[in-house]
Amino acid sequence: MNRIETTLNRLKADNKKAFIPYIMAGDPDLEKTMEHVMLLAECGADIIELGVPFSDPLADGPTIQRAAERALKAGVTLKRIIPFVKKLRQRTQVPIVLMTYYNPVFKYGEDAFIKDSVKAGIDGVIIPDLPPEEGEDFIKLSRAAKFCTIFLIAPTSTKERIEQIVSACTGFVYYVSITGITGSKLMFEKTFKSHIASVKKSTDKPIAVGFGVSTPEDAKMVSQIADGVIVGSAIVKKFYEHPAGAKEFIRKLREAI
Amino acid sequence: MWRITIKKLPDKKGYFGQYGGRFVPETLMPALQELEAAYSKTQKDKSFQRELKYLQETYIGRPTPLYFARRLTKHLGGAKIYLKREDLAHTGAHKINNALGQALLAKKMGKKRLIAETGAGQHGVATATGASLVGLECEIYMGSEDVQRQSLNVFRMKLLGAKVNEVNIGSRTLKDAINEALRDWTTNVRTTHYVMGTVFGPHPFPMLVRDFQSIIGREARKQIIKAEGKLPDYLIACVGGGSNAIGLFYEFLNDAVKMVGVEAGGRGIETGEHAARFAGGSIGVFQGCKSYLLQDDDGNVLGTHSVSAGLDYASIGPEHPYLRDMKRVQYTYATDSEALSAFELLSETEGIIPALESAHAIAEAVKLATELPKNKILVVNLSGRGDKDVQQVARIKGIEL
Repeated sequence: MNRIETTLNRLKADNKKAFIPYIMAGDPDLEKTMEHVMLLAECGADIIELGVPFSDPLADGPTIQRAAERALKAGVTLKRIIPFVKKLRQRTQVPIVLMTYYNPVFKYGEDAFIKDSVKAGIDGVIIPDLPPEEGEDFIKLSRAAKFCTIFLIAPTSTKERIEQIVSACTGFVYYVSITGITGSKLMFEKTFKSHIASVKKSTDKPIAVGFGVSTPEDAKMVSQIADGVIVGSAIVKKFYEHPAGAKEFIRKLREAI
Repeated sequence: MWRITIKKLPDKKGYFGQYGGRFVPETLMPALQELEAAYSKTQKDKSFQRELKYLQETYIGRPTPLYFARRLTKHLGGAKIYLKREDLAHTGAHKINNALGQALLAKKMGKKRLIAETGAGQHGVATATGASLVGLECEIYMGSEDVQRQSLNVFRMKLLGAKVNEVNIGSRTLKDAINEALRDWTTNVRTTHYVMGTVFGPHPFPMLVRDFQSIIGREARKQIIKAEGKLPDYLIACVGGGSNAIGLFYEFLNDAVKMVGVEAGGRGIETGEHAARFAGGSIGVFQGCKSYLLQDDDGNVLGTHSVSAGLDYASIGPEHPYLRDMKRVQYTYATDSEALSAFELLSETEGIIPALESAHAIAEAVKLATELPKNKILVVNLSGRGDKDVQQVARIKGIEL
C-alpha cells in the first residue's frame, strides 16, 4: 500500500472526506512551490496534486494555462520536478500525485518515469490525455512498481467506459464534474447524481471529484457525494493574484469538506 | 528504394504502424466512438453517398481539371509538369472536400453546431461554407498571428456567417487554434461537431479526412491516364498536416509511382525556424495522436515558422511517418524563399497564382523537373489559390498596396 491508499483508508475509517488541492509545480518557481506545498499540508491537505507544466494543455482553462506558461518560463520541467519531490520528502509525507500531459512522460520514457517517480517519493499520476486503452503498458509497469494510476471519468462516459476506467484506476478514481475544461464554473448537470451513483456501483475505490470546484460552498456540496474533493484553478489563482489570502482560503476549503 | 504494397490502415485502434491512436481527455472519447460509428454507417449509406457526390459535382465543381503546365515545363526544359487544380474547387482550395463531407456527416448525426481550427484560413472558410450550406451554426478558432497575415480569409468567414475567435495564447498560430477548438469541443461535445481540417488528431479523424480527400487522387489517376496513356512518374504535394498530400497519394499507393511530400523549410533547418517535422523532429504525442513532432528534450512543443500559415504546424498527420517508414513516400522541404520564387514563377509562366502552401510543392517540382528527362511526368497538387497570400507577399517584398 502506498501513501495515497493508506491516507484514503484512514479517512474512510474515520468517516471523513479527502481534500485534494492542485498547484502547478514551478509557478512561479520551485522555491515558492515548496512553500505552497508546506502551507497546503499544514492546512490539512490529504493528497496534493502537482501539475507538470506543458506547452499545450488542452484540458485546461486559462488559469492553469497561464500558470504553465509561468512555470515553463522559469525552466521547470519533469526532469526538475522529480528531484524536487525527493527534496520535499525530507519535509513532508503528504501523498503527492503528479498531473501531467502524456507527451512529457512519453519523452522521458514510461519505465524511467515510473521508476524515478517512485524513487523520489511520488505516489501516483494523473494523465488527462491518456485514456486506459492507450495506457496498457503504462498500467502494467505502474502496477509492478506500486505506482498509482488515476484515470478520469467524465459526465459523457458510457457504462462500458466506466467499467474499463475504474478497473484501470489505483488509489482513487477521478470524476470530472463538468463537461468542460479545468476552471470552468461548476454547474451540475441533471444527471450528475445518477451518473456518479452508477460509478459508485461499479467500484469500491474512492471517488474524488474535480474540475470547476472553486468555492468552499462548491466543496461542501461535492463532499456530500464524493470521497474526495479536488480544487485546482481556484487555488492556483489565489496563490498568483492574492497570495496573502491563500492560507485563509485553503483553511475554509478544508473546513467545508 | 520505393516500396509499393501498403496495407489498408488504420487498424481498429486507429494506428498506422506505430503512429496514430486516440490521446484525448475522457470527455471526448465517447464522441470519437460515436463519430467513428456514424462515419462507418454513412459509408454504406447510399443516399448519403449520392448526396455527397451530387454536391461534389454541382457545388464544389468536381472533378477539378488536371492541367498540363506547358509554359512552365518548357521554361524548365525537363519533365512534363501537370497541375491538379484544387485551387479551382469552390472556396479556392482542397479543404472544401473534407469540410463539406464532415458538415453532411454532422448534420446526419444531429449536431447543431460546427467548430474548426484554421491556419491559413482556407479550412475556416471551407467549414463556414459547409455550415452555411447544410444550415448549422459555425465558430472558427484562429491564432492572432494568422488573423494578421490572413485578414482576407477572416472577413470571408464572417461574410459566411461564422464567428471567428482569435486565439491569443502560446504561439498564436495553428496549434493554439487547435487547442482552443478542442477545449470548445470538450465543453460543447453533445451538440457540436469538431471539423478537424487535416489528417491529424485522434482516430477516426486521420482516416475520415483522408477518405474525403482521396477523391483528388481518384480523379487525377483517371485524368493522367486519359492525357498520357500511362501513370505519372512522380506525385508531389506540400505537407502541413498532410491532407492534400494524402488526398493525392492515396489512390496511387499500390502503383509504381514515386511520391514526394514537401514540408516547410522556413528560414532553413539550421536556423530552427521552420516546420520540417521529419528534418528536425522526433516521435511524440500531440493533440490527440502519436506522430512526428517538433519538440524539446522535455516533450514541450517547439515554435515553428513558415511563410505559409497552412504549413506552420509542429506535427504531421500520423499516416505520413508510416508511409515514410515503409519507404513509400519521400519527404523533403522547401524554404520560404524557394516557395516565394515558385509563387512568382508559376504566376508569370502560367497565369496561376498558387497558395503559398502549394508554392512549396511547385518549388520541389521545379527542382525535380529540371533534373529529369523530358519523357518523365510529374503531377503536382496545386492545393489552393494564392489570392489570400497576395497582400502578405507584397508586404514581404516591401510593396505598399
